[in-house]
Amino acid sequence: MKQVIQVTINGKPRQDEVEPRLLLVHYLRDVVGLTGTHIGCETSICGACTVLLNGAAVKSCTILAVQANKGEIVTIEGLATNGKLHPVQEGFWERHGLQCGFCTPGMIMAGVQILQRNPNPTEEQIREGLEGNLCRCTGYQHIVEAIQYAAQKMRT
Amino acid sequence: MATKLIGERIKRKEDPRLITGTASYVDDIKLPNVHHVAFLRSIYGHAKINKIDVSEARKLPGVVAVLTHDDIKGVLKPMPCVGGVPDMHTPEHYPLSGGKVRFVGEAIAAVVANDRYVARDALDLINVDYEPLPVVVDMEKALEKGAPLLYEEYGENRGFTWKISGGDIDKAFQEADRVVKLRLVNQRVAPIPLETRAVLAQYQDRGVEGELTVWTSTQIPHGIRTSIAGMLNLPEHRVRVIAPEVGGGFGCKVDFYGEEVLIPYLAMKLKVPVKWVEGRRENIQATDHGRDQINYIEAAVKNDGTVVGLRVKVLADMGAYYQLLSPVIPTLTGLMMCGPYKISNVSMEVLGVFTNKMATDAYRGAGRPEATYLLERTMDAIAAELNLDPVEVRMKNFIQPNEFPYKTATGLVYDSGNYQAALQKALDHVGYTKLREEQKKLREQGQYVGIGISSYVEICAFGPSAATATGGWESATVRIEPTGKVTVLTGSSPHGQGQETTFAQIVADGLGLTMEDITVQHGDTAVVQYGIGTFGSRATAVGGTAVYLALQKVKEKATKFAAHMLKVDSKGLVFRDGKIFPENNPEKSVTLTEVALAAYLAKDLPPDTEPGLVATAFYEPKNFTFPFGTHIAVVDIDPETGQIKFRRYVAVDDCGNIINMLTVHGQVHGGIAQGLGQALYEEVVYDENGQLLTGSFMDYCIPKAHHLPKFELDYTVTPTNVNPLGVKGVGEAGTIGSTPAVVNAVIDALAHLGVRNIDMPLKPEKIWKTIKEHAPKKGPIIVA
Amino acid sequence: MIPAAFEYLVPTTLDEALSALSTHTDAKILAGGHSLIPAMKLRLASPKYLIDISRISDLNYVRESGGQILIGAGTTHYQIESSTLLKEKCPLLTETAPYIGDVQVRNRGTLGGSLAHADPAADWPAAILAVGAEINVRSSRGERTLKAEDFFVDMMTTALQPNEILTEIRIPIPPQRTGSAYEKVKQPASGFALVGVAVQITLDTNRTCQRVQVGITGLAPKPFRAIGVENMLKGKVINDQLLAQAAEKAADGVDPLSDIHASAEYRSHLARVHTKRALQRAVSRI
Repeated sequence: MKQVIQVTINGKPRQDEVEPRLLLVHYLRDVVGLTGTHIGCETSICGACTVLLNGAAVKSCTILAVQANKGEIVTIEGLATNGKLHPVQEGFWERHGLQCGFCTPGMIMAGVQILQRNPNPTEEQIREGLEGNLCRCTGYQHIVEAIQYAAQKMRT
Repeated sequence: MATKLIGERIKRKEDPRLITGTASYVDDIKLPNVHHVAFLRSIYGHAKINKIDVSEARKLPGVVAVLTHDDIKGVLKPMPCVGGVPDMHTPEHYPLSGGKVRFVGEAIAAVVANDRYVARDALDLINVDYEPLPVVVDMEKALEKGAPLLYEEYGENRGFTWKISGGDIDKAFQEADRVVKLRLVNQRVAPIPLETRAVLAQYQDRGVEGELTVWTSTQIPHGIRTSIAGMLNLPEHRVRVIAPEVGGGFGCKVDFYGEEVLIPYLAMKLKVPVKWVEGRRENIQATDHGRDQINYIEAAVKNDGTVVGLRVKVLADMGAYYQLLSPVIPTLTGLMMCGPYKISNVSMEVLGVFTNKMATDAYRGAGRPEATYLLERTMDAIAAELNLDPVEVRMKNFIQPNEFPYKTATGLVYDSGNYQAALQKALDHVGYTKLREEQKKLREQGQYVGIGISSYVEICAFGPSAATATGGWESATVRIEPTGKVTVLTGSSPHGQGQETTFAQIVADGLGLTMEDITVQHGDTAVVQYGIGTFGSRATAVGGTAVYLALQKVKEKATKFAAHMLKVDSKGLVFRDGKIFPENNPEKSVTLTEVALAAYLAKDLPPDTEPGLVATAFYEPKNFTFPFGTHIAVVDIDPETGQIKFRRYVAVDDCGNIINMLTVHGQVHGGIAQGLGQALYEEVVYDENGQLLTGSFMDYCIPKAHHLPKFELDYTVTPTNVNPLGVKGVGEAGTIGSTPAVVNAVIDALAHLGVRNIDMPLKPEKIWKTIKEHAPKKGPIIVA
Repeated sequence: MIPAAFEYLVPTTLDEALSALSTHTDAKILAGGHSLIPAMKLRLASPKYLIDISRISDLNYVRESGGQILIGAGTTHYQIESSTLLKEKCPLLTETAPYIGDVQVRNRGTLGGSLAHADPAADWPAAILAVGAEINVRSSRGERTLKAEDFFVDMMTTALQPNEILTEIRIPIPPQRTGSAYEKVKQPASGFALVGVAVQITLDTNRTCQRVQVGITGLAPKPFRAIGVENMLKGKVINDQLLAQAAEKAADGVDPLSDIHASAEYRSHLARVHTKRALQRAVSRI
């Protein structure tokens, strides 16, 4: 039986009727039409589907849309404000933190969470903080530098 | 003087859409009334299919079709293999198999439904009556008499035998002081692009002239278009293939898969748009695997370390069928078996073997990582056997810088090189002499430190068409629009490499424009002239050269217009800061915008000149290019657990001239990560029943951020004369150089125990066991 | 990737949840969902009813009461990781938490969910055994309290009855001169434990071992207390050699797991090595 959910996505409230089994990531991509959040695996490992739910980075492939009811969601599309890139987005561009770009939205959301909790992380802390996000292109080094760039920028 | 863009660190033009979530990969494209496909795949490694009952699945509301082999028999042709070798057994396979299945993951039924959840539900309603057959997954066992046969009709599991040789191998072995032998397993790995495969097709039936549009995550959109047209008997000009944003390929998307014909077929048959997005488990089951060779190596050596001959037998696991290029991949191992060394006498025999596994095909490096691995492991084995420093053995055998162009015993002509310089630079960077001293000291204290060197040369920029299965040229169009802005069309459809940026750099520099003035388009066969694709580290060297040549043509024409407008001789005109002017008289200038407008308004054409400012070039390279380099890994091993920790990782690569330092770094980083992944973590494992034990990211490990060390990169620059840009290519270098460096480091850490080989992946347990086996018998041996 | 269909129930009180659980057969409790939803996506689990207890606010807390730390079953791994109370009073839990999954998993996954799922390679069971926790469970008929070692029954099997919900974890606050440590070797792909060893040890001023608890995960079908190790240490004056000798007993009497990631032999070896290292680190912290 379908259920009604109310969520705020990137600052905009909305209401939808969804099957309880609908995964949050499918809800975002197929119902809301926000396709920046990607799906890279089926086992909650790759992190391409990472979004912020009530301020916490989560894997939207491992959450039912109904579990997000009444929640506030930020996706990659909602990260820039007034056309200005978030420092983590900027860092990824400046430091070549992406190649094919598929892991990138999730990677950026994870980067945002790392810096929310630790504004001045070490390289090791960044690498540990990315445990839940796989990238096959970059070897992560430029991703680490991108997050360091953002950390620096956000501190100053 | 305008800023020179070539060679700089230029931020990518691709990135804004990718970092804001506005890029469109196949699954991001939403068409009205799209239907979704789910595949039922074999759960057996080898079985007869007696019956597939799809009647219940068809009844599920929302399901519009369920197809099996019977529905496509006689309608769709068998899948092609263009990378064949002489005298091979070529089994037929179809997008949906019938009669018999030969690996876990082989597609046997396709459900089409109006919702992806319903399509998935319907799979559970299909009943398959399998009759399991004996399975063979091990190549050596597959070649034994009495092994279960994948194809009864062949009477053997050998798919082909391919040989290459040069010089006098028997004489070399007679003259050798000793023979060093190794058996190396280059294990099966999975390419794992983060975006799995995905196909979307729409057929617009207009009665007589219908048009099929296919979006697919591929590295070769034009090749896919030709293939689809052929398979579906459609006129090629009414098939449009679009590779939109492609989330990584690494070789596995240089293929033409059954799904890429079946999805379009369904869209035409059902008259609705049809989409299929591969799941990750499907991806590990049914997208090309890579490597999977066993090498039996015999090196004929002199006591001073000179290698006089190399004889290698290769078993190459083809899996159950050939994909597009499967058989040709191990032949690249053969071509490159001399590596950077002057080995005059060589022979290789490759046996392609069928087993109950997914097919192997191109995976980043495709045959060359295998060649480098076997050579670099052999060089270390020779050093160990002769008690020489691994550096000394390499230096002794390297081709000399003054010997280029150099013809190898396998018949290749290396364009340019200076292998000594790259090795020396890496040694200096890592502080080799000091490290060796430190290693000696630490060994005395019971600590295991290893230094691993890998010097490689690779063959890339595929390539002369005569030697490239898919055709080896590339195309480009440079179109100066009436306002002076420039559109570049490239046939090298990228999937993360950044051609939109590097090609724009080439054109911007050539026309004296800025990066913002240039847009590079790719991947849409309706927009871009026929092209080949991005693979084999060819995009810059071949695709970039095509851009460069088209640029010269269009510049020549623009020059004519400018000379006509300025009433000066066209000789000596230069393009700079958006203007064209005589080099000796910058005041007398015309802007490119003015020239462009004049070319399109065509009110006053120069003599014998057509309107417009567009040029297309098809570039056929006269040779491959041969990038090279040396990677050095330094590791610590925990003697108690076998765990490996990186101390250093230094890479010195030479890819010729560099267009964009930022993206070259990125390519090398990513390549090293993948090669290191193979050395330490990655392996596709099937059990003896053909069940895939590493079918998800829970069990198949691609490296994570904290698994990897910080890479220290440096370069030497030895341009090629094969193309006017002097570029060689860098896409695969990291993958090729890194694997043996890491393995050599680990073996080196244990060398004083008498350890000579451990097969990849070097899991801590293997290392621990090896230490245990060697340590008690021999005790700690201090190597002088 | 796609779960089978089910009915979704969202009780707001524990009583409602218990009543739903007793009414519906083939129902599963959904907390953070980070064990259950992956299983459902692979259709390894296809329950008819999901009872989401995450909206029950009185399952989410960490507080001190009567010499114990009480943790609501719905408390997330991250809440534990970042709890200043736990860091001060029961640091083994804050040390263990960051080893679980990844940041995103820890933001959603719950202590109760992990324990009830009883994955043999999960991290929490080792720590819960080492801190000597008790586990409180409730059904519509009442409640009962189990010792941690009685809670884990077998691979993916606990003492929870089908009509029961795990509600609270109670941890005695360790006395002065207690040290603890968690050592883990990760299976590199999944991040689960090939072996995880949690140690909590109390010494008197003469360095005599007053109390020691060693919990081991990953090694056996169920997490267990390494009694052999503990017995060698209890009442003895601790030195490095004794710790090493005791650690040799870490895998005694268990039937070790074996898979493509590690053989039984290697897992047992790792258990011994990391028990030694965990003991050494725990003692060094006293």
